[in-house]
Amino acid sequence: MNLDFNELKLEQVTRRFAGSAAAALNELSLNVRRGEFIALLGPSGCGKSTALNCIAGLLDLSGGRIMLDGTRIDVLPPEKRGFGMVFQNYALFPHMTVRRNIGFGLLMRGVGADQAARRVQTALELVQLSGHEDKLPGQLSGGQQQRVAIARAIVIEPPLVLMDEPLSNLDAKLRLEMRAEIRRIHRELGRSTIYVTHDQDEALSLADRIVVMKEGVVQQIGAPAQIYGQPANLHVARFMGYRNVLEMEVESASGSAVTLARGPLRLSGTAMQPLAGKRAWVAIRPEELAASGGGPNLIEGVIENAEYCGRDSLIDVRTVAGALLHARAPAGSAAGEQVRLSVAPERVLVYPHL
Amino acid sequence: MMAAPRFDRALLLVTPATLFMLLLFIYPFIYGLVLSFQPMEEAGWLANYQKFFSTANLWMTIGTTLKLALPATMVNVALALPMAFKMRGTSRIQKLVTMLLVIPVTLGTVLIAEGMLTYFGPRGWLSQTLQWLHLYEGPIRLTHNYWGVLISLVISGFPFVFLLMLSYITGIDPVLARAASTLGASPAAQFRHIYLPLLIPGIAMAFCLAFVQAFSVLPSAVLLGAPAGPTRVISIAAYEAAFEQYDYSMASAIAMIMGFVQLVVVAAVLSLRGLFYRGPVAGGKG
Repeated sequence: MNLDFNELKLEQVTRRFAGSAAAALNELSLNVRRGEFIALLGPSGCGKSTALNCIAGLLDLSGGRIMLDGTRIDVLPPEKRGFGMVFQNYALFPHMTVRRNIGFGLLMRGVGADQAARRVQTALELVQLSGHEDKLPGQLSGGQQQRVAIARAIVIEPPLVLMDEPLSNLDAKLRLEMRAEIRRIHRELGRSTIYVTHDQDEALSLADRIVVMKEGVVQQIGAPAQIYGQPANLHVARFMGYRNVLEMEVESASGSAVTLARGPLRLSGTAMQPLAGKRAWVAIRPEELAASGGGPNLIEGVIENAEYCGRDSLIDVRTVAGALLHARAPAGSAAGEQVRLSVAPERVLVYPHL
Repeated sequence: MMAAPRFDRALLLVTPATLFMLLLFIYPFIYGLVLSFQPMEEAGWLANYQKFFSTANLWMTIGTTLKLALPATMVNVALALPMAFKMRGTSRIQKLVTMLLVIPVTLGTVLIAEGMLTYFGPRGWLSQTLQWLHLYEGPIRLTHNYWGVLISLVISGFPFVFLLMLSYITGIDPVLARAASTLGASPAAQFRHIYLPLLIPGIAMAFCLAFVQAFSVLPSAVLLGAPAGPTRVISIAAYEAAFEQYDYSMASAIAMIMGFVQLVVVAAVLSLRGLFYRGPVAGGKG
């Protein structure tokens, strides 16, 4: 297997499961460049793990193909592909010591004992587990097991590292630590990585590019800032934290600038997709809907509920028009107070009403 | 802080089971043990054991029984392991095979022996079919000898071993084998490095249970074997002592020897198991 490659190409990769009409993964096309960190992001059941298993060879394709540079690899069994994989529950071999777990891939490749021992030691140092070589997985904490799983996947120097929700079994603090670890290891080794997660923060902080999926279909592929700031459609917007979604009437549109109305409420926003018909969805992030004295898109209302979050408060505002909006306000805001919100027109995203 | 209660009343719940064990297992066992040291004839307290080990047609039953029980158990484990392994994922075939295999367990050895007599006998279907196909003309002797008993032990013991092995194998997280495959392990290597080491405790346990069952063979040794010679197993000796010579003391002594031999084999197998990994068979915290 070539350790380095220029491009991994997924061409309309499709996977159907018996007894289900809809494809679990529908025509996923994606090019992964050498050294790139890709996150497959979506809610559970969106097909992201199916995609990963198809790439690893643990699932057969129902259609499409996978090319590694010029070679077609989707016809190879997993043991011939040589991708390192980190599993959600780590899948460490319980009867093998840490050393033998990490060395397993090298043993299968027939690497000599001396060289294998050296490479296992290097991998152990990389994941900062030196001194734990002779322990069994059952004697390690969750975070340590995760490190062993990562070391085991990268010690074989795979062209591609696959990670299936590797942090979802860890507690919040450890998850942040391991996230930084994964980023550091990726920076040090520069191995191409495909990372499956349902956590937006993980995807945004780790990935060079994010693939957002829903019900087996790719919704958007883009850099983190693009996914965060310009969701391609309403599903992506909702998933990326645009909690205020309102149905409004289109009053006028010129180019991407749109004016919308809902009773007495009037907003100017930016169309993200070509609009059709008189109605549209408006999506606004709570963080961008700020309590202020004045500004564009002024909305008046009464605070119904205020959650203290330390630096500021998360407030629920009932507008004069009757809609309930989530917004951020200075700490100390209390229920029952009058409030004026405003939001920049380029942060009022408008999507067609389908 | 509250002091821990000195007596957990929930422990009372084990009383019926304990009484049951005492009445139906421990008491008869001790009774038999004591009885075996009280020979019928006026002789020393070890007379029964001395007689057993000095009479050829008694002590030789140990070897005869081992020669049947050990191969039968090994064949059963050797057949059940790959079959159960192949069957670990495919749930519909698994259900069907499991159902088919439960039948011999429920039938009991006597019915199996009857069936085998008509099937494997000199004028049975097997013999007639082979002759009709001109595959084998001579008489087939698979009953009333060693082979008849061995076959019946395999038939009656296999489902038991298979079901045990299947439950051990399906208890192993299949994601471990998948992880091994991504690390370059072929299916054969996955079996050797992942499944086999994790199955050793299960194999040892299945071997012990199947062996104990086979060692106490009686009906098929009488019905399908040659109870006077090659298949004169130890339980026949005990049966004769008890119900033909009415020497319960001698019968108890034979039963004790039988139990001791079983114990030795089981202890040997389980101590071998101790050389291998015996922890949980799941990967990580799950």
